[in-house]
Amino acid sequence: MSLNIADFVSSSPLMAVTATALLLILVEASRKGRPGLSFTLSMAGLFAASVFAVVNYSDEQIVFFGMLRQGWYANFLNLVFLSAAMLTVLVSKPYLERQGAHRGEYYILILFATIGMMFMAGANDLIVVFLGIELMSLCLYVLAGFFRTKDTSNESALKYFLLGAFATGFLLYGITLIYGTAGTTNLEAISKNLPTLSSQWMFMVGVGLLLTAFAFKVAAVPFHMWAPDVYEGAPTTVTAFMSTGAKAAAFATFVLLFHQVFQFTGSKVNDLIAYIAAASMVLGNVIAIAQANIKRMLAYSSIAHAGYMLSGIAAGNSEGQTGILFYLVAYTLMNVGAFGIVGLMEKVDDQNLQLDDYTGLSQQRPFLAALMAIFMFSLAGVPPFAGFFGKYYVFLSAVKADMTWLAVVGVMTSLVSAYYYLRIVVLMYFRDGKGDVAAQPAIPALVAVTSSAILLLQFGIFPSFIVNAVQKLF
Amino acid sequence: MIEQYYPIFVMIAGGVVFGVLMGKVNEFLGPSRPTEEKSSTYESGMEPIKTARERFSIKFYMVAMLFIIFDIEVVFLYPWAVSYKQLGIQGFVTMFVFIAVLLVGYIYVWRKGALEWD
Repeated sequence: MSLNIADFVSSSPLMAVTATALLLILVEASRKGRPGLSFTLSMAGLFAASVFAVVNYSDEQIVFFGMLRQGWYANFLNLVFLSAAMLTVLVSKPYLERQGAHRGEYYILILFATIGMMFMAGANDLIVVFLGIELMSLCLYVLAGFFRTKDTSNESALKYFLLGAFATGFLLYGITLIYGTAGTTNLEAISKNLPTLSSQWMFMVGVGLLLTAFAFKVAAVPFHMWAPDVYEGAPTTVTAFMSTGAKAAAFATFVLLFHQVFQFTGSKVNDLIAYIAAASMVLGNVIAIAQANIKRMLAYSSIAHAGYMLSGIAAGNSEGQTGILFYLVAYTLMNVGAFGIVGLMEKVDDQNLQLDDYTGLSQQRPFLAALMAIFMFSLAGVPPFAGFFGKYYVFLSAVKADMTWLAVVGVMTSLVSAYYYLRIVVLMYFRDGKGDVAAQPAIPALVAVTSSAILLLQFGIFPSFIVNAVQKLF
Repeated sequence: MIEQYYPIFVMIAGGVVFGVLMGKVNEFLGPSRPTEEKSSTYESGMEPIKTARERFSIKFYMVAMLFIIFDIEVVFLYPWAVSYKQLGIQGFVTMFVFIAVLLVGYIYVWRKGALEWD
């Protein structure tokens, strides 16, 4: 048992973000009121980590005394988290400056939340899963309340904290019961002893509690109640990060646990996940129609998207895994993009957040309206954008797993969702109005939303790029 | 599986029985002559003035949080110090990294003025 350099090399993305976060704390301590420097440094650190993740895209190996598993799977998801963080940082700077809350701590918290996500994707032990979730969630609780003087922001942070702490309780009880029956928290050891373990009811109760905790973290019905309020009250750029990075991290662990460790394919557990998926798709999409506030609408839509991705887990086959991972890439790009534009439109004191405020945007800001239309089409699952292929792969996996009913529910609810996504496009293009952004769009935010739109198109037209990268994993 | 826990159950049962028994024995055998002074809340010899349920300055919470963080650091340092020789250079490096990370936090706290009362 000894540490060696190879451990550090294979987890270099994690190390790079950690070092950057620590450096940012020192910067913030020594130079008060210089958030611009923190912005530049955090972008540099995240970019360096992405380079390391690409370099380390290789065979999986167990490092740090069996605690972490670094390789293809972790690094693919690391790239998703790092892109979500980079896009968020880019859209945040002009947004926070306009809202008068531009502080260096924002970037520190984003970086630490990213570290938590990277721990979750690279975990090989239930304790590391727990640590990762807590590190990510604690940062997000603070970020949700980042507008300290705003009531809605405080409400959002408090709700998220209380309910998140409750979900953590479920997670810990689940881990306890699994440890009690398996005698270990190591995922490989649990996976090896699964046939004997899964006949014990106490182990299955533990698995059920874990399922509850993760369903909460991905905001799936019936554990979705926190999402609309939290997403609406939090600063818009934080919502972008929460709904993409945090959701991707929760799904990364979900896939890791329920696909690779507990193989319950074809059992009642997967039926249960299928019901959760169907309920999320129906409820999310139907309630989203009735929303007048765009952040609330996107919150309900994110519940529905959690449902689409859960059908890949319910299917439990390799197509399902490919589908979820592809979907995570597409979903991250389109949701950060959509929330990025919402952030550009938002004026101080929560003005300009209603759907009606987008009326006639194409006349005032044709470029922004075009980008928003791309994100809406992609969220609705219209080809040639990446959102279409994401849905295609998860529904395909459901059909292959003899869950045709689930795919039917998915397609039907996607049709419903087209109504509220395309309504924004109709408002922007076919109605006359005053739709206008809060200020001259700032360069970093424009770079972020434009590059997500370009990537969405690219992965939509050439999905094989991601699919090949993902299929290497299994 | 569950048999291994029997000693713990016995311990819990014994603890409950003993605790309740002692309290009750005291109640039955001891003389009970309450005065106003005796039945008032004990506050380390201070005279209770008013209810304790009031709003505290946020500074107290700050001190409490910082105390917990740096207290836990010390909790980790003890076992490390005891088994320092067995852990060798690897233990030294690991602890050095741990303390360095905490030091970064300490510098932040100090420079932000969280250690000053006013």
